Amino acid sequence: MLHPVPTLKETPSQTAGPYVHIGMTPNFCGITGVIDADMGLSMLTPDTKGQRIVITGRVIDGSGAPVADAVIEIWQADADGGFVTPPSRDSNSRPSFLGWGRQPADAEGSFTFETIKPGPVAGPDGRPQAPHVSLWIVARGINIGLQTRLYFSDEAAANAEDYVLNKIMDKRRRPTLIAQKQDGDVPRYVLDIHLQGPNETVFFDF
Amino acid sequence: MSGIILPGADGALYQRDRAWHPPADTPTYKSTTFRAPKQSLLALGPTKSELSGPTFGHEKLGALDNDLIRNFSQDGTEAIGQRLVVYGQVLDENARPVPRTLVEFWQANAGGRYRHKKEGYLAAIDPNFGGFGRALTDENGFYSFRTIKPGAYPWPNGGNDWRPAHIHFSVFGHAFAQRLITQMYFEGDPMIWQCPIVGTVPDKAGIDQLIARLDRHNTAPMDALAYRFDIVLRGRRSTMFENKLEGN
Repeated sequence: MLHPVPTLKETPSQTAGPYVHIGMTPNFCGITGVIDADMGLSMLTPDTKGQRIVITGRVIDGSGAPVADAVIEIWQADADGGFVTPPSRDSNSRPSFLGWGRQPADAEGSFTFETIKPGPVAGPDGRPQAPHVSLWIVARGINIGLQTRLYFSDEAAANAEDYVLNKIMDKRRRPTLIAQKQDGDVPRYVLDIHLQGPNETVFFDF
Repeated sequence: MSGIILPGADGALYQRDRAWHPPADTPTYKSTTFRAPKQSLLALGPTKSELSGPTFGHEKLGALDNDLIRNFSQDGTEAIGQRLVVYGQVLDENARPVPRTLVEFWQANAGGRYRHKKEGYLAAIDPNFGGFGRALTDENGFYSFRTIKPGAYPWPNGGNDWRPAHIHFSVFGHAFAQRLITQMYFEGDPMIWQCPIVGTVPDKAGIDQLIARLDRHNTAPMDALAYRFDIVLRGRRSTMFENKLEGN
């Protein structure tokens, strides 16, 4: 039996640059008419099941300045903890919840996603992970996209048992991933992403 | 196959070779100074949350999405510049095609000017060039688009730094952990080897992987030159054993 080994190297990453919006949110930067609407801006449809929430926060650099040119993508399970994947040949039927969103940061480095609270997803140990959203952050000055997660402050019991959170040996860093709930008609969960410094967000190598 | 232990059958991705990619902190590219995390990345085996990813269907793509010469045309006038077809295959590290995945691309115009409010370079805007396109790979992982060759442009980094002609690429793959943004350069461009952003890639062979080749055989006579740029995403263990179309 042949011993299979990787035959190709992954294409090296490069920064998304300051004009990433041309490619990822063209309408946002005035390139209108090419596509109807920027992808990922709207995650919800009237048929989407689950509790409506808002996820919001800022991306901040090591000097405390807002990262005003970042683009943030999220990927999450639906309310039942399922993912709309893998693709099937007849996947042209629009799912009521794709689970993916994309937002450009504004001048204050702020981003906002209107989504649903995700259900629990099985972890590698077979037990459910705490509800979470995966984040991917790109910008000028970021050579390779940063991967992190957002957890929910009102899931303290599940967070305490979470497979990934428990891999963070320095417990003082775990709160950098936990969004704080603000009550309202639609609950808001607030999490700032610190690229560098005393409150540096935990970033993962998945 | 029952009773045979498949060591990689959990579908995990190969670990990313972080020494092949640019490190976060690269002082010659000054913008990384305050944007590079100082703590180590926390290494984790990906869970279902990272091994899955969004999928996009053909129904979302317009007929001109992959034609940058015409997709921003104001009155049928085509963009000014060297006409190109850029094409290539999206593969994984096992050299298996990645079918039906979304590829996005963006670039400056022939003079090196981006259509972006934060861009103040004195080179003129082309009224018929937007600089954005996208394509879905076919069953064999191939994408293609028509565009014009972007110009080099100066940027505030060192005293006199210029970006080589380049096209930005965003690729999804089929897992969120495969998500990749990179830049494509053009064969023979002497600016490549002077650029601090290109130079963030540690290995010369890695840089070479970002350089598209002129493809004379697929050049359209009296119309457009062709460049080929293949893109490799992270490989998945299960693809070594399971010859399934959607395997990655």
